[in-house]
Amino acid sequence: MPDDKRILVEIKNVGLQLNQRVILEDVDLKIHSGEIISIIGPNGAGKSMLLKVILGLIQPSKGSVTRDAELRVGYMPQKLSVESLMPLTVARFLMLSPGATLEKSRTITAELGIDNYLNSPIQAISGGEFQRVLLARALLNSPNLLVLDEPAQGVDITAQAYLYNIITNMREKLGCAILMVSHDLHLVVAGTDRVVCLNKHICCSGNPATITRHPEFIHLFGSAVADNLAIYTHKHDHRHDLEGNIIHD
Amino acid sequence: MIDWLMQLDFIGRALLAGLGIAILAGPLGSLMIWRRMAYFGDTLAHSTLLGLSLALMLQINVYFGLFGISLLVASLMALLVRQKWVASDAILGLLSHTMLAIGLITATQVRGVRVDLLGYLYGDILAVNMQDIALIYLIVVVVISALFYLWRWLLAATVDSDLARCEGVPVEFTNWALIIMLAAVFAIAIKLVGVLLITALLIIPAAAARRFARSPETMIIIASIFGCIAVVVGFKASLAWDWPTGPAIVAAAATLFVLGLLRKAV
Repeated sequence: MPDDKRILVEIKNVGLQLNQRVILEDVDLKIHSGEIISIIGPNGAGKSMLLKVILGLIQPSKGSVTRDAELRVGYMPQKLSVESLMPLTVARFLMLSPGATLEKSRTITAELGIDNYLNSPIQAISGGEFQRVLLARALLNSPNLLVLDEPAQGVDITAQAYLYNIITNMREKLGCAILMVSHDLHLVVAGTDRVVCLNKHICCSGNPATITRHPEFIHLFGSAVADNLAIYTHKHDHRHDLEGNIIHD
Repeated sequence: MIDWLMQLDFIGRALLAGLGIAILAGPLGSLMIWRRMAYFGDTLAHSTLLGLSLALMLQINVYFGLFGISLLVASLMALLVRQKWVASDAILGLLSHTMLAIGLITATQVRGVRVDLLGYLYGDILAVNMQDIALIYLIVVVVISALFYLWRWLLAATVDSDLARCEGVPVEFTNWALIIMLAAVFAIAIKLVGVLLITALLIIPAAAARRFARSPETMIIIASIFGCIAVVVGFKASLAWDWPTGPAIVAAAATLFVLGLLRKAV
C-alpha cells in the first residue's frame, strides 16, 4: 500500500435524529486506506445508519462527513430483495453496476465460486449464494472502500467462515479498506484491525485484543462474551501495551 | 402517409390511439410492477378528475390540466412517501380519495363546468381526433427515447436505490424522469380508457409478459406486444358485440394474463 495514512472518510461529531428519536450522537470516525474496521453493537444501536451516513445515503442532522476525492465505494446492503415479477438473472444483476464489464464480472464470480449460477434467476439462489453475489456486485465497482452491512446474515456457520475468509483476503488482493457491521463477534473480531463498539455513540474502540477487556465492551456484551472473545484474539504474533499499541516481539 | 391518416374513420383513429398507449404501457407498466407502484398509478388516476375540471374552468387545453395535476400529485406522492410518519399506502389512499373528492366537487359545483362523468370513468376511445393521435405519438417518441437513454439507470434504481446511488447512478434524476413520463402517459390515456381502467391497462400486459420473459428487456417488449394484441382483440369484441371499448381491451389483456398462467414459467 503506497500511502498508508490516507484518510478515505472522516466523520466528525456526527449526530442523527429521525422522528425526534436519537439514532446517533457525537460519532467521530476516521477510515484509513487499507484498514479493516468492524462495527459491533446491539440491535438498534444505529450501525446500519452510521454506514448510510458514511456512504452519503442519509444526511446527518449535525456534524460533518468528509470523503476523499478518489473514494470508490463497494456497498453490500443489509437487505435487498428483487421483486419476483422482475426477470433478472444473476449475471444481469451484476451488470447493473456501472463499473461492470463482462470480463471483470467473470473473474470476480469465478473467485467467489458463483460462476455456476450466472444464468439463474436472482430470486432462485440460496442465502449464502446471494450474499456472495452481493459481494461480487460491490467488488465490480473497483472499490478502495468496501462497506459491508452484516455480510454473513442468513448464511450457515460453515459458509460464514468461508465468507469472512474471502472478505479478509480481499484486502490482501485489492488493498481496499473494509468497513463492516456484524453480529458475529467471533468471526469478525479475529480478522479485524480495529473494532468499534457502537450504541448510538461510540462506546469504545480499539484493536481486537484489548477491546474485549474494555469496561464498556464488557458492559455492552457481558463478561462471558468478552472472555470468550479474548481467547480468540490472543493468537497474534505481537503484544499490546495498556493503550492498545502494538509491541512486536 | 398524411393522406392515409386523414382518411381514417373513427375506428381507425381509435385503434391507432390504443396501439400508441399499448406501446407505452409495456415498459412503463413493467417499471410500475417492478417498483410496486400499482397503487401509485391508481392515486394518479383518481386525481385527474380535478385536472379535467380545472382545465374546463380556466378554459385551457384539457391535456394541460390533466398533465399539470398528474405531475403535481405524482411529485407530492414522491415527496410524502419519503417521510416516515405515516405508512406510504396510507398516504397514497389519503391523497387518492381526497383528490377524487375535490375533483368531484369541482366537477359538479363550479358554474360552467360540465364533465361527462361516465365518459371520464370509462374513457371514450372512439372520440379521439387527429390532434389526440399526434400528441400520443409525440409522447411515444419522447418517452421511448428517454427510456432508451435512461434504461440502465432505471433498472439499477429499481433493483436497489441505495446500491445504485453508491455506484454513482443519479437516482433522484432518474426517478423524477420516470414520474414525469408517467404523468404524461396518464394525462393522455385517461381520455381513452378512463380512470377506472388506466392502471389495469398499464399493469396487466406487463404482468402477463412476466412468464414469457427471462430478461427485463424481453419483458417490456412482450408486454408492449401483449398490450397491442389486447387493443386489437378488445376492439374486435367491442365492434362485434357492442361492448364498451376500454373495458373490452382490459378484459382481453386479463385473458392473456390467465392464458400465461397456464404456461410453465421460463
